[in-house]
Amino acid sequence: MEPQSFTLAVVNAGISDPSSTKLLGDRIAQSARDIAERRGHTVRLITVDLRDLLPELSGALASGLLGPRFTAAVEALRSADGVIASTPVYKAGPSGLFSSFFQVLDNDLLIAKPVALAATAGTARHALVVDEQMRSLFAYLRALSVPTSVFASTEDWQDKALASRVDRAAYELVLLMESGFERNVRDSSWRSYQHEYGSAGGTELGIDLESDLMRLATGGSLKPKNSVIEGVGEG
Amino acid sequence: MQFGIFSVSDITRDPTTGVTPSEAERIDATVQMALKAEEVGLDVFAIGEHHNPPFFSSSPTTLLAHIAALTKRLIVTTSTTLITTNDPVRIAEEYAMLQHLSKGRMDLMLGRGNTAPVYPWFGQDIRQGLPLALEHYNLLHSLWREDVVDWEGHFRTPLQGFTSVPRPLDDVPPFVWHGSIRTPEIAEQAAFYGDGFFANHIFWPKEHTQRMVEFYRQRFEHYGHGSAKQAIVGLGGQTYIAKNSQDAKREFRPYFDEAPVYGNGPTMEQFTDMTPLTVGSPQEVIDKTLGFRDYVGDYQRQLFLVDHAGLPIGTVLDQIELLGSEVVPVLRREFDALRDPEVPDAPTHASLVKAKYGDAAPRQPRPNANRGDNVTGGSPYQDTETAGAGVVEGD
Repeated sequence: MEPQSFTLAVVNAGISDPSSTKLLGDRIAQSARDIAERRGHTVRLITVDLRDLLPELSGALASGLLGPRFTAAVEALRSADGVIASTPVYKAGPSGLFSSFFQVLDNDLLIAKPVALAATAGTARHALVVDEQMRSLFAYLRALSVPTSVFASTEDWQDKALASRVDRAAYELVLLMESGFERNVRDSSWRSYQHEYGSAGGTELGIDLESDLMRLATGGSLKPKNSVIEGVGEG
Repeated sequence: MQFGIFSVSDITRDPTTGVTPSEAERIDATVQMALKAEEVGLDVFAIGEHHNPPFFSSSPTTLLAHIAALTKRLIVTTSTTLITTNDPVRIAEEYAMLQHLSKGRMDLMLGRGNTAPVYPWFGQDIRQGLPLALEHYNLLHSLWREDVVDWEGHFRTPLQGFTSVPRPLDDVPPFVWHGSIRTPEIAEQAAFYGDGFFANHIFWPKEHTQRMVEFYRQRFEHYGHGSAKQAIVGLGGQTYIAKNSQDAKREFRPYFDEAPVYGNGPTMEQFTDMTPLTVGSPQEVIDKTLGFRDYVGDYQRQLFLVDHAGLPIGTVLDQIELLGSEVVPVLRREFDALRDPEVPDAPTHASLVKAKYGDAAPRQPRPNANRGDNVTGGSPYQDTETAGAGVVEGD
């Protein structure tokens, strides 16, 4: 197999230090690195601690303006071959910081990108938060979530089964990165996704001069009434 | 290069006194702003269009005609005229009338409007905002250039043998700016017609503006209106000026912190770093504004927002005074020194008349006698004999 170099971004929404949420994300990252290296690859890890973005979060939410730290985080995600997204569960959902971060990002940033999902909680009753809430968020972003969800409640940290789930998710993540799925989608199928100009961290700059709207912009006419206008989204 | 001010016509509580101006007070204050702009040597006054509180400017041509009547030199314009929810026939009629009354001292800027509930009030749907804007402008463009228009489109009742009156002053259509931040189709339409492109980048990082202006310039050249650097570009800006930088920050901060658009969001320092906002001394405003040229190239029009977020009229007039006395004279000199000699000024009525007629006398349309309708036969104007129905829409 061709050796590859991967960049893996660990997004951590844990607030405390030390944080079990950060620990969980780091364990998946470490496992992914070990697996990838055994397969002949090299892995570079980037950590995105969302707590550092708090001073810019209000501005990003209120005006959509991303400050320098947000911009660096976007660049880290854009350039990563895989992402590990780890959050504490608060009030039966991913933390507000975690959700806000991904809501502020543009919709095209994570298209086809492999993502491993992880959450921590004080009780096992929150175990479905990853599958029922985080998975749908990343589905909306058109990211590719790995099949194994990693959830750790307080008692799981004593249990060897957590380590096996960590390794399983890490293995799935490595296989998806290795397959070049994201790269292939971007190279050969990118145009078939809806995009906004300037999205995908400022890299989506393709302009289709042949679209119905561009014909209209240059003095042409729309198709007859009741026909579908290409490139006009709902909502 | 033209310098001016633009207002969105918000009526906002002054956070330092708790006082909200009445509509009457704010409308009077807006007229004072325009008069002050002329008095201190600015070139342009622009007003927005809104159809919901807390704004007053539902009828920009009425306000602008009044201001034009009270001034001698000032160009009146919009920021923006809603090309989506207005009938392009009404835009053609109202702005041609404004053009006559102001003796050509006007132009207009078109925008889509982003307030979803406004669209259905005028029978439209925001989800169709972009095709609506594009189609409406195609029609508006024809209405000002062809005496008799036959037209059929997607959104509006068809027109048969329609003549928009009055015909534009000297039969030269008002110059149009297309305002957009990140919609390539709008930049393309501006470029296709050789119109101006205005990027109101006051809430946006410069990368957005830079990309769109660059695209517009390339397409302007592609459509044969001149080289890319000769395309007609305008920019927004936002300032609060005091002689001393610290005073400016102290005075403006309460307004910034509660401003409707970004209040309680980014800090004033973050916002000034990330957007064109300058809160500081005249020199700081000069430096930042000159920097715009670094990423859009030589441009023709710079408008400043100076009156929003509840700033009282006395303060606003002082701001216009500072712009006119301390900032704009330096900017004029500096921009003039930097400008490529092949870059034209923004079109004015005089320059457009000259471009169309040279030294010949402009056309002055005189209608034929009333025939009871305007759909039979040829041109309704005496100087055109043949049937002049311009077919806009082909199959």
